[in-house]
Amino acid sequence: MDLRFGDSKPTDEERAAVDAVLGPPGSAWEGAEDRDAADLRWARGGRAARGRRDLLLPGLHALNDRVGWVSEGGLDYLCRRLTVPPAEGYGVATFYSMFSVRPRPATVVRVCTDLVCGGAGLCGEVEARLASVPGVGVEASPCLGLCERGPGAVVVRAGPPAVAFPDPAPPRNHGAPPPGPPPVVLRARPQSPDGLAIPAPPAIGERGPGRSPGSGRGGAGEKTHATLTLAPATPDTLTLAALDPETFSSEAPPAPLPQAGQDTLILLRRIGSVDPASLDDYRAHGGYTALRRAFAIGPAEVIREVTDSGLLGRGGAAFPTGRKWQATAARPEQPHYVVCNADESEPGTFKDRVLMEGDPYALVEAMTVAGYAVGAHRGYLYLRGEYPLALQRLEHAIAQARARGLLGDDVLGQGYAFDIEIRRGAGAYICGEETALFNSIEGYRGEPRSKPPFPVEKGLFGGPTAENNVETLVNVLPILTMGAAAYAAIGTEESTGPKLFCVSGSVARPGVYELPFGATLGELLSLAGKPDNLRAVLLGGAAGGFVRADETDIPLTFEGTRAAGTTLGSGVVLAFDDTVPLPRVLLRIAGFFRDESCGQCVPCRVGTVRQEEALHRIVARTGADAADDIALLRDVGRAMREASICGLGQTAWNAVESAIDRLGAYE
Amino acid sequence: MTAIPLQPPRRLVEFTLDGAATRVPEGATLLDACRAAGKDVPTLCEGDTLTPKNACRVCVVEVEGARTLAPACSRAAEPGMSVHTDTERTRHSRRLVLELLASSVDLSTTPRAAAWIVEYGAEPGRFGADAARLNEEPKVDNDLYVRDYDKCILCYKCVDACGEQWQNTFAIAVAGRGFDARIAVEHDAPLTDSACVYCGNCIEVCPTGALSFKSEFDMRAAGTWDESAQSETTTVCAYCGVGCNLTLHVQDNEIVKVTSPHDNPVTHGNLCIKGRFGYQHVQNRD
Repeated sequence: MDLRFGDSKPTDEERAAVDAVLGPPGSAWEGAEDRDAADLRWARGGRAARGRRDLLLPGLHALNDRVGWVSEGGLDYLCRRLTVPPAEGYGVATFYSMFSVRPRPATVVRVCTDLVCGGAGLCGEVEARLASVPGVGVEASPCLGLCERGPGAVVVRAGPPAVAFPDPAPPRNHGAPPPGPPPVVLRARPQSPDGLAIPAPPAIGERGPGRSPGSGRGGAGEKTHATLTLAPATPDTLTLAALDPETFSSEAPPAPLPQAGQDTLILLRRIGSVDPASLDDYRAHGGYTALRRAFAIGPAEVIREVTDSGLLGRGGAAFPTGRKWQATAARPEQPHYVVCNADESEPGTFKDRVLMEGDPYALVEAMTVAGYAVGAHRGYLYLRGEYPLALQRLEHAIAQARARGLLGDDVLGQGYAFDIEIRRGAGAYICGEETALFNSIEGYRGEPRSKPPFPVEKGLFGGPTAENNVETLVNVLPILTMGAAAYAAIGTEESTGPKLFCVSGSVARPGVYELPFGATLGELLSLAGKPDNLRAVLLGGAAGGFVRADETDIPLTFEGTRAAGTTLGSGVVLAFDDTVPLPRVLLRIAGFFRDESCGQCVPCRVGTVRQEEALHRIVARTGADAADDIALLRDVGRAMREASICGLGQTAWNAVESAIDRLGAYE
Repeated sequence: MTAIPLQPPRRLVEFTLDGAATRVPEGATLLDACRAAGKDVPTLCEGDTLTPKNACRVCVVEVEGARTLAPACSRAAEPGMSVHTDTERTRHSRRLVLELLASSVDLSTTPRAAAWIVEYGAEPGRFGADAARLNEEPKVDNDLYVRDYDKCILCYKCVDACGEQWQNTFAIAVAGRGFDARIAVEHDAPLTDSACVYCGNCIEVCPTGALSFKSEFDMRAAGTWDESAQSETTTVCAYCGVGCNLTLHVQDNEIVKVTSPHDNPVTHGNLCIKGRFGYQHVQNRD
């Protein structure tokens, strides 16, 4: 490969950001400034450098975190270090919404304007307030996974703070103040643009790690950026946070746990009562008994337990987990991989975030069990880029587990080697599709691959890969501790075990609910506080379908929802009362799919655009007036469902179709 | 006597194609099987010298038991499969793909597109006059070839030909996402500032005329491009000793473009800048 790099040079900051991920360059062949005599005698790099292409995404994050955007010089330097063609690097950088290849303000406020939050007004108000502040930009964002306490927003500040800031210790239990030195106040409390003092911030911020990405590769402890999640966000708190994310409160919010304290909980058992930073506390709450049992019974028996438990994947596809593991374990090719899909980006979904923030060690343990069962020695945890607190807690949990011999060369002294690497997504819903996720980790555009071959045969880096959702993996722990038979006794015959539901929208107590499979929609809604004027429920998120308010007797099981002509998806229950304008909700869903289509196949790339256009045309029309466009929507929707490459295009018409057919949206 | 190496024997896969028992060598795609059986399945992003990306979805066929339709160009035939190539479902998806494409890009120089639009009853106009289109201006930034992305269907063929499948120059890639995705060189720069080596192999594989010789582009603009008046002569390139085959397209005794036969076992249709573009000396008669 004879790559041509342009004349653009990286700035010192950009060079430092890339070097923090990749280490200093070894020779002029991979970007060192000084060429020595040896460099002239032989070429270095080649296959070894290309073998590190999976560091392209961490490298782009490093550039983006340090300077706020990806410049020509920075991108070229990163590409030279990894022997990635600059055109391909540019193609990857422009794929993700969190990166920009044009200069932009160092601080970006991203306000969720999706189904639940609908923060378009908030976005406008914050934009107006911050219009005169240099270095701050405001953007509308798709669902940030903060639906239970929206409107949500993320403030991202690139670059180190003006004054060195003490590294925050990992937060302790909810509500407790962080230990260590108090935050240094950098400057006087900022004033709002109209000159009025801004009230002190409520304790609702979640501060991101501010370290270099790449989980432990270089940049130890040095703050290169700040990420802050706010929910509920107000114009006041957002303005304050945008002006100075560092001094904004770093206290974690009390996790809204509607069922806290109930003994019947299995998946949420520890959340809220265990210290997410403490491995000892996790073990005191029953942690690592599942892994010990796994070692005691051996990989084949673990797979048998998982198969017998009847566990179905909780990410939306409901594929039998035991069968997936068995198929992966049986492949002769090496190495095998375990991938945890934590790219939860479906509007209305936030259960995985609650699990990862509240019980991070459980996911680490579950991934280790999965790795042991399928014969993998490496696990990748692909976490969506908008979850700074989950990133921080999982990084801490993995480091602690590694330090205590629960990850590494000799897990629990059993001679089994396993380690986990976290990969941060960069704003692309499509990367939750399993094969797109592999491409994203490998440093390619997050476009889905065509199946077959399936991931169990040819997945990450071409190896057999077991790819599971966070909730699926966490279910493996109770299967091993209570035994397959006891687990399978929970729920129904076909849908076994407990299930997490993300309830949001027009309910009194939005949040994550854990119920055994088989509870009805009505039971769940009454737990969460069903409104009197309920109009419709969106089951399964944007890719799911609407059901009517009088269909609350639908059992929340895979087979029950299927029989009712809808889907359970990943467990989203989004309630709409009769004040919500349905055509506008449908437009937002269509806009979401248009934005998030990767653009690879024609039915989805153009079809999602035509769907949105048709919905715009009929937004205020009904009956015969809308008939033309509804026929057109049906035609386009059918082609998207039948001919798209992946699930995104195949489901992009579900919600709209169900709104037309079940709710009579345009009658 | 020259020994002729024999390929290892290949097993045959038996399956049903439109109700007829069919046998194809293991590894053959459904499209291979269709072509062997004389069935005309439309294709756009499939190319004879490249691994198909199955992005256009115009070749979809129905595999019994499958929830979705399968791209014939890249789905391998499996024993016992039952495949239908011309059902209401396949015709519907093909019609919609043609409508969606024709309403968003210019298919006027795509061979056979007009005929397929008639055959499948596609009405690209029904999305209305305001339907989003690419609306790209042709990029004319060098004297050799023009990039007219208003005609681009994002088939990825040029990317694959420039990249690891043939040329290994990696000058172009897909940038952006969704409807805004475009073929671009690094930093979306002009071609002259990019890694492009002007081999023109991307033009060779472009199925829609989005990439074309500057000579062809200018003649089309002037209204003098007339394929029926052109003759094609395949000869050997005179520049070096490799012996690549050139097909000279001649109109009015002038070479108007150069292609290369895809069935040539050495070059498979690929050329270098000299073979592809270095023909002016032939017609300098002074």
